[in-house]
Amino acid sequence: MRAPDTPVIVKGEALLAVENVSLRFGGVKALTDVSFDIRKGEVRAIIGPNGAGKTSMLNCINGFYHPSEGRITFKGETRRRMRPFEAARGGIGRTFQNVALFKGMTTLDNIMAGRFLKMRSGFFWQLLRYGPAMREEVEHRRFVEDIIDFLQIQHIRKTPVGKLPYGLQKRVELGRALAMEPELLLLDEPMAGMNLEEKEDMSRFILDVNQQYGTTIALIEHDMGVVMDLSDRVVVLEYGRKIADGTPEEVKRDQRVIDAYLGVAH
Amino acid sequence: MFYRDAGQYKSSYAADRAVFPLREDRIGLAVILLVAFVAIPLFAGDFVIKTVMMPFLVFSLAAIGLNILTGYTGLISLGTAGFMGVGAYACYKLTTYFPGVNIIVWILASGFFSAAVGVLFGLPSLRIKGFYLAVATLAAQFFLQWCFIRIPWLYNYNTSGAIEVPTRTLFGVPITGATAAIEVRYLILLSAVVLMTWLASNLVHGRFGRMWMAVRDMDIAAELMGIRLLHTKLLAFAVSSFYAGVAGALLVFIWLGGAEAGDVFAIRQSFLILFMIIIGGLGSLVGSFMGAAFISALPTILKFGLPAMGIPIAGATAEHLNFMVIGALIIFFLIVEPHGLARLWQIAKQKLRIWPFPY
Ligand SMILES: Nc1ncnc2c1ncn2[C@@H]1O[C@H](COP(=O)(O)OP(=O)(O)O)[C@@H](O)[C@H]1O
Ligand SMILES: [Mg+2]
Repeated sequence: MRAPDTPVIVKGEALLAVENVSLRFGGVKALTDVSFDIRKGEVRAIIGPNGAGKTSMLNCINGFYHPSEGRITFKGETRRRMRPFEAARGGIGRTFQNVALFKGMTTLDNIMAGRFLKMRSGFFWQLLRYGPAMREEVEHRRFVEDIIDFLQIQHIRKTPVGKLPYGLQKRVELGRALAMEPELLLLDEPMAGMNLEEKEDMSRFILDVNQQYGTTIALIEHDMGVVMDLSDRVVVLEYGRKIADGTPEEVKRDQRVIDAYLGVAH
Repeated sequence: MFYRDAGQYKSSYAADRAVFPLREDRIGLAVILLVAFVAIPLFAGDFVIKTVMMPFLVFSLAAIGLNILTGYTGLISLGTAGFMGVGAYACYKLTTYFPGVNIIVWILASGFFSAAVGVLFGLPSLRIKGFYLAVATLAAQFFLQWCFIRIPWLYNYNTSGAIEVPTRTLFGVPITGATAAIEVRYLILLSAVVLMTWLASNLVHGRFGRMWMAVRDMDIAAELMGIRLLHTKLLAFAVSSFYAGVAGALLVFIWLGGAEAGDVFAIRQSFLILFMIIIGGLGSLVGSFMGAAFISALPTILKFGLPAMGIPIAGATAEHLNFMVIGALIIFFLIVEPHGLARLWQIAKQKLRIWPFPY
């Protein structure tokens, strides 16, 4: 089913456009007629109470879920049923609400795995671990070491990530997503369960990524202080519907948002 | 930030990514290779070579194959013996039709046949995991076993119903068949295993190894790295079955020199190889050797070693004891140490490094 024709969002700089997206699981309506866009280079927060459909929205954007209605346009291209590896190829990176690291692998190998798409040497050279394969391995290791430095996780380079505390795992997961050099980075509650100091570190990393590398970021976060500090624009979901969209100040003043979200302690 | 210095990082990262970064490990490896290539052919008797070393090597190779699939990629298989059989029969047919081509070429080429069969039976792995995949591979095992017995073309209609290994030579020296010296056969087998272990080690330490482990540990995140699950799993099936196939061809042509198919490629063998990687260590090449050494040597030790030490033990009792020990160890490792003997060895090395301090 196609969504009824709607005015296409006419902003030249939109990197991603979500138009009239609805998503159903049996009887549950996770998303209903949601539209918003993400502009190149901005930090776009997606907020809302638990169960509002924020994670489902990210899952639609990178192809884990396929919207029952509506369409998603990324870099000017609308795909009906995009699969996750295609989203990755297109330049969408992601971290998960519940850390989804490769538990048996070291920090280094986790982040190296993020370089997968950038590595090209063929099976034959990989078998010999020589020539292009070795050159590539060293070259990407250098890139990964920069990320490790940036995130200040040098000391856990060779530790299997399953053994790391939660806060560090979140950091490694960010590193793995950064290794993909994504154009659009989706962060699902990157600071959940962190203490104040860890939150401050993570906020700084997110801002640095955005400013230094120009990466466009979609950020789901509960801590309103963080959202106000980090984001350029905010979209607010409640029960799968969009109830507000604008700058942090605009959203903060919106009565529906105050009723739905800000009034409730999280 | 030392690695930013130009000219510095190339050598240091390459060295850091080396498989054996420690000098002690490299020396240890050299000693093992020296013993295996020189001391054993010179000093070990025919009996030890044939009943201890050769099965150890053949099963190490098969265990490496299964470990790539199960330990590295997280896909369980109970069809290893079947895939080994495909290699053995493919080699038999190839050397029958093209006797002029060197048998070593055919032994290695037979791996491509088992790889193809492995990929075919690996197709369901995109949809099913764990128990259901185990059952699917079990079906492959039974189907292949049936083929080995029911299709006489495979064994050239021999009245024995088995492969009869012809004499083949390398530089004029017989390397298969009744006239081939055991030392020669051992060295061929050893070379093949060393070469293929080196290649496997290169693979698992590179991007394909990371791809396999990523799918094993968290397939949805792997997909988000741009990894295609079906390709990854089928590649693991292909490489794994290639190793099994070559191991099967080596088993028949180099080690046993003729085998009753129903026996060596039966389901029991598939389980034993699975036990090897559980006891040796899932996701470890060294563990594959340790597990193979343990399980292939245990019956011999119990049957011949105990009587030699003056402990009388009947053949049947030894066999029962064998199963009890293996069973107990599997339960132990599954519960206590999923990374098997290889992990215990690592811990021991770590302790040794900081000895005499506790930590
Ligand atoms: N795979 C799924 N199957 C069934 N229901 C789902 C699934 N994923 C999400 N939902 C439902 O969709 C709604 C939105 O969930 P979610 O997107 O996780 O919310 P949020 O991330 O905002 O807390 C919830 O009611 C949830 O139960
Ligand atoms: Mg969520």
